[in-house]
Amino acid sequence: MPRAQKIALAVMAAFFLLAPLAMYPIFLMKAMCFALFACAFNLLIGFGGLLSFGHAMFLGTAGYATAHAAKVWGFPPEFAILFGTACAAVLGLVTGLLAIRRQGIYFAMITLALAQMIYFYYLQAAFTGGEDGIQAVPRGVLFGFIDLSNVWAIYGTVFVIFMAGFLLIYRVIHSPFGQVLKAIRENEPRALSLGYDVNRYKLLAYMLSATLAGLAGATKALVFQLASLTDVHWSMSGEVVLMTLLGGLGTVFGPVVGAFIIISLENYLAQLGAWVTIVQGVIFVICVLTFRRGVIGELGSWLKKPL
Amino acid sequence: MKLKQTVIAAAIAAIAGTAGTASAQVSDGVIKIGVMNDMSSLYSDIAGPGSVIAARMAIEDFGAARKGMKVEVLLADHQNKPDVGSQIANQWYDVDKVDAIFDVPTSSVALAVNEITKKKGKAFLVSGAATSDLTGKACSPNTIHWTYDTWMLANGTGSAIVKTGGDSWFFLTADYAFGHALERDTEAVVLKGGGKVLGKVRHPLNAQDFSSFLLQAQASKAKIVGLANAGGDTTNAIKQAAEFGIVKGGQSLAGMLVFLSDIHGLGLDMAQGLIFTETFYWDLNDQTRAWTKRFVAQSKGKYPTMVQAGVYSAVTHYLKAVEAAKTDDGTKVIAQMKAMPTDDPLFGKGTIRKDGRKLHPAYLVEVKKPSESKGPYDYYKVRATIPANEAFRPEKDGGCNL
Amino acid sequence: MTEIFGVPTQALFGQLLIGLINGSFYALLSLGLAVIFGLLNIINFTHGAQYMMGAFVAYLLANKAGLGYWWSLALVPLIVGATGVVIERLMLSKLYKLDHLYGLLLTFGLALIIQGLFRNEYGTSGLPYPMPAELSGGTNLGFMFLPNYRAWVIVASAIVCLGSWFVIEKTKLGSYLRAATENPALVQAFGINVPRMITLTYGFGVALAAFAGVMAAPIYQVSPQMGADLIIVVFAVVVIGGMGSILGSILTGFGLGIIEGLTKVFYPEASNTVIFIIMAIVLMFRPAGLFGAQK
Repeated sequence: MPRAQKIALAVMAAFFLLAPLAMYPIFLMKAMCFALFACAFNLLIGFGGLLSFGHAMFLGTAGYATAHAAKVWGFPPEFAILFGTACAAVLGLVTGLLAIRRQGIYFAMITLALAQMIYFYYLQAAFTGGEDGIQAVPRGVLFGFIDLSNVWAIYGTVFVIFMAGFLLIYRVIHSPFGQVLKAIRENEPRALSLGYDVNRYKLLAYMLSATLAGLAGATKALVFQLASLTDVHWSMSGEVVLMTLLGGLGTVFGPVVGAFIIISLENYLAQLGAWVTIVQGVIFVICVLTFRRGVIGELGSWLKKPL
Repeated sequence: MKLKQTVIAAAIAAIAGTAGTASAQVSDGVIKIGVMNDMSSLYSDIAGPGSVIAARMAIEDFGAARKGMKVEVLLADHQNKPDVGSQIANQWYDVDKVDAIFDVPTSSVALAVNEITKKKGKAFLVSGAATSDLTGKACSPNTIHWTYDTWMLANGTGSAIVKTGGDSWFFLTADYAFGHALERDTEAVVLKGGGKVLGKVRHPLNAQDFSSFLLQAQASKAKIVGLANAGGDTTNAIKQAAEFGIVKGGQSLAGMLVFLSDIHGLGLDMAQGLIFTETFYWDLNDQTRAWTKRFVAQSKGKYPTMVQAGVYSAVTHYLKAVEAAKTDDGTKVIAQMKAMPTDDPLFGKGTIRKDGRKLHPAYLVEVKKPSESKGPYDYYKVRATIPANEAFRPEKDGGCNL
Repeated sequence: MTEIFGVPTQALFGQLLIGLINGSFYALLSLGLAVIFGLLNIINFTHGAQYMMGAFVAYLLANKAGLGYWWSLALVPLIVGATGVVIERLMLSKLYKLDHLYGLLLTFGLALIIQGLFRNEYGTSGLPYPMPAELSGGTNLGFMFLPNYRAWVIVASAIVCLGSWFVIEKTKLGSYLRAATENPALVQAFGINVPRMITLTYGFGVALAAFAGVMAAPIYQVSPQMGADLIIVVFAVVVIGGMGSILGSILTGFGLGIIEGLTKVFYPEASNTVIFIIMAIVLMFRPAGLFGAQK
């Protein structure tokens, strides 16, 4: 790991460890969940060159599965999260097999359409409670001795999950697998002619991204003790694109910063009401037109060090 | 041994007593009211900024300033997202020291806030949300469900229509939990009243095009087409029913969840003849008219819906209870609210049941023909008044264990 | 009465016709997307918002300027198309050298802004738009009551779709357009102003969406959200048809409308997922779409 990134990692970890002293912990936990979600998404677009416009389906599926397992089946939190994440992985496999058949814009439209199908399914299915959602999900006792109803216990858990997910993504990006992904992104025919099974690499990246997005969704379900349609709706897929774009596509730390900014906006604009979507739209347009490298991308190029 | 127990009991009583007097006042000297609803999308017309206006009017009419009570209003947009709503509620209670949350349309958000309020021992007064679970299996000692609920809508509309001869039904049901609940409750009432259900079709949420379903309703020859859906689905169905000549062909439409703002959006041309239930209409009596005049002056000409009126009524009663109980402790205020009868210019006299159900009369209304309408928002004819004790679900059927 | 799978044949005819009407909207919208995609290589996410704008501008013309439905039908596509031209000149044109995904992101952002602004101004309950007097009422076809307006929707959209197809495939202007799609540099070298052609094409695609919006105003509620979900269905329609051919996108639009209509009779619960399911099946067997060229 280059020094600049080591410092950035330390700063990030220190921030999330110390911030609860000054900021509201539930807000910070939400930010970490979305940061992990955005990092998972970034793995696909930033390093695989695949823009998914349906990532909400993994977030939401894992959320529903976790909430259902914890509430109805009485799973302890560690298994509920595992179960939710596994569901997202399976969904990633199935939709991935279909979606990777096309590239670029088609890929985006197909993922969007598949996610919409999943949304309608959850809307009608009985176990999701329709627009009521699954409510009052017990957080339970982690490993049999950590009571997650304590705010610091759950905060610590979310922090550990977030850091683990983040480091895993970092590891993947810098592994030989990640290098092949980048090669495919840059020039798919060349990667193919070099003998790489391009589709298998893409599918694996897609599944990995889906799984980690699921992990974020599963954690979020326990933090808020609910699972609802919001997390499967297409506007959530759009939001994660925005977070990653604003933070910096293909940067390591960008999605975390982007998620933090967007969640803060959502939080502080809540008082302003109607302007949330408009502001989001404006950020989209500005990012695309003049700020394509995002916050961290710009910072990195100013420091001349990739972040 | 016996003595020891007595001493301990006395000590506990003494501690409890001091604790009681210590909290027998308003925390931090300010009563903070949070109005949380949808300010920007689907439900912003039925609740939205209008609910905030209603809350402020209630504080003014209560004469809080004159009585030396300091009351502040906070507002927030939950964007119809339960996680956003849940976070706002937590933050309001923990950081901003909000004492009570009002309104909260969208069932998923209301149920989430319901849980948080119970955990933190605050007060939650629901006007905007429809789910009758709030006084059923999700009931809480810290929540009062004020204005209306799904059971009351289904029951009011269903039974009143069957009584006036609408005995064969066809349901157009939104295919999700909310629609199913409306359909189930209405069907039960229709069957109980001796009517029959000739068929039903489940349509997807936000279907836009209802022509196909309306053709099926038309073919069923049912006298009443029941719309077990809400919002855009209801208005689109009504609009297209007019186009396919459903009402002209002799069938009537019965709405389950319709608000004044929906009728305004449809226009009387389309909506005429529609029958549904409301608990408040601005043109009921002199008091409601006088209040509405003041409301409209602040709301850019939009007339109040029953949800907004409910917020006014709930805030009024809440402040009365705070004054009477001399505390803003959520659990105690709610208990006080249940103990006192309610009285306000919009809903008249009423009571609050143990399970948190506010009881007041409901009105079966029919939308006027364009020729009958004399002024702005002159939309309803009140066909029947359902007394408070019949309008809502009997306490024993709800499954609330309070 | 004869029955097919338990549904009377007469009712079935009715449903087929209804399906065709919905297909008209899919066809108009997917045609617009295909035309834009052909030349700009951009998927226009703003399409749903522009469809909504069409309905709203018609509403405003009626209420502020007293211009009725027929005026709207002529003027609204021009007005909304003009806003499209502005968007293309000010924003989209800056992105042609970049990855096409940026175009998608930009138009997504624009859609959020436009829908948000309309919601702020007009709320969400929707606004009424009267049926034009000439087309109100209906005809009893024996097997169903067909509102005259619905019949008009089928006719009008078929004319517009086929007209667009004719211009693009059979005229000189269309041949420039197709040539520019293949090789813009070469066409530019022949002295044809390609950037202007691109601008006008985008404007034309947007105008088609606005036209669909005006058509929709009298039957659907005019509301800021009316295009938001629709556009995703149209995306699926486009994936199924493949973007290779103009005629393909029109036929797929009408065809899927009919299939969706039939689903509403036989299994209404699936009627809003059926198009996505078909998309999944088509992707399995013909990844390039029914009418698309396999690259």
